[in-house]
Amino acid sequence: MMRRLLPHPGLSALLVAMWMVMVNDLTFGTLFLALVVGVAVPLFTAPWWPGRPKLRFLPALSYAGVVLWDIVIANFQVAAIILFKPSRDLRPAWLTVPLELASPEAITVFAGTISLTPGTVSADVSACGEYLLVHALHAPDPAAEIAKVKARYEARLKEIFP
Amino acid sequence: MSGPVSLAELLAAALIVLGSGFALVGSWGLVRLPSLMERLHGPTKASTLGMGAMLVASVVWFQLGEGVWTTHELLISVFLFVTAPISANMIAKVHLHRLRTGEQNEAAGPAGPPAPPPGSADWATHEAPHQGTPGDFAGD
Repeated sequence: MMRRLLPHPGLSALLVAMWMVMVNDLTFGTLFLALVVGVAVPLFTAPWWPGRPKLRFLPALSYAGVVLWDIVIANFQVAAIILFKPSRDLRPAWLTVPLELASPEAITVFAGTISLTPGTVSADVSACGEYLLVHALHAPDPAAEIAKVKARYEARLKEIFP
Repeated sequence: MSGPVSLAELLAAALIVLGSGFALVGSWGLVRLPSLMERLHGPTKASTLGMGAMLVASVVWFQLGEGVWTTHELLISVFLFVTAPISANMIAKVHLHRLRTGEQNEAAGPAGPPAPPPGSADWATHEAPHQGTPGDFAGD
């Protein structure tokens, strides 16, 4: 019954939260409307969401904290490189990151995180889904850079998407 | 306006200056970095914190100055974080494609063109996803 009414509980919660934030008004009326949207939209779009990734909530929260912190640090690092590092000292490199994650959602989050954090942009995934192509702005030691993103983000994502 | 500067004004002003400083650095990176892939780093990072600082300034201003909590800024930053990597990814993919097809005016940067991944598969820009991989939707 619950499963029927709420095919995607996570999506419903997200929609309710988004609606409340968008209306910016904490009253019973808006909450009611938010709940209507949160229940109706997943119900009507359920046929187009075949896969349902399992997701652990608590590790996801701590992951968001780590990523936010890294984004702030990344901004200072990239700003320092842009302002003070001459182009001839810059060591841009392509990194081929082997993936241990298997679900498309996990790989997407991993790629997005890499794009938002220190000096790396994810460019492509291999057709077999086993490697991620990442461009690093300044990586004198590509192997160390690969080990860093794998340890810092991929290990955490493996816990979130078991 | 006369009288002493309020805390809200001071904080909001400091955050706006910080934010616009980062946005400026990001744009400067766009001008001075050597090639397309390096230039992609400027706008994806330096401007996220730039925007973030300005949005926090807006929250601080409305809270301390007018006494209301606004949440729209949160929404703006969420959308920014979700969309920035996607546009960067699309630009990178176009660059890879043009490099491979030998397009004129498409120079590889100091890092050169990327090597193909180990194994028999190529990058997804050049080859359709293999069966049974995360990108393969034919089996759904």
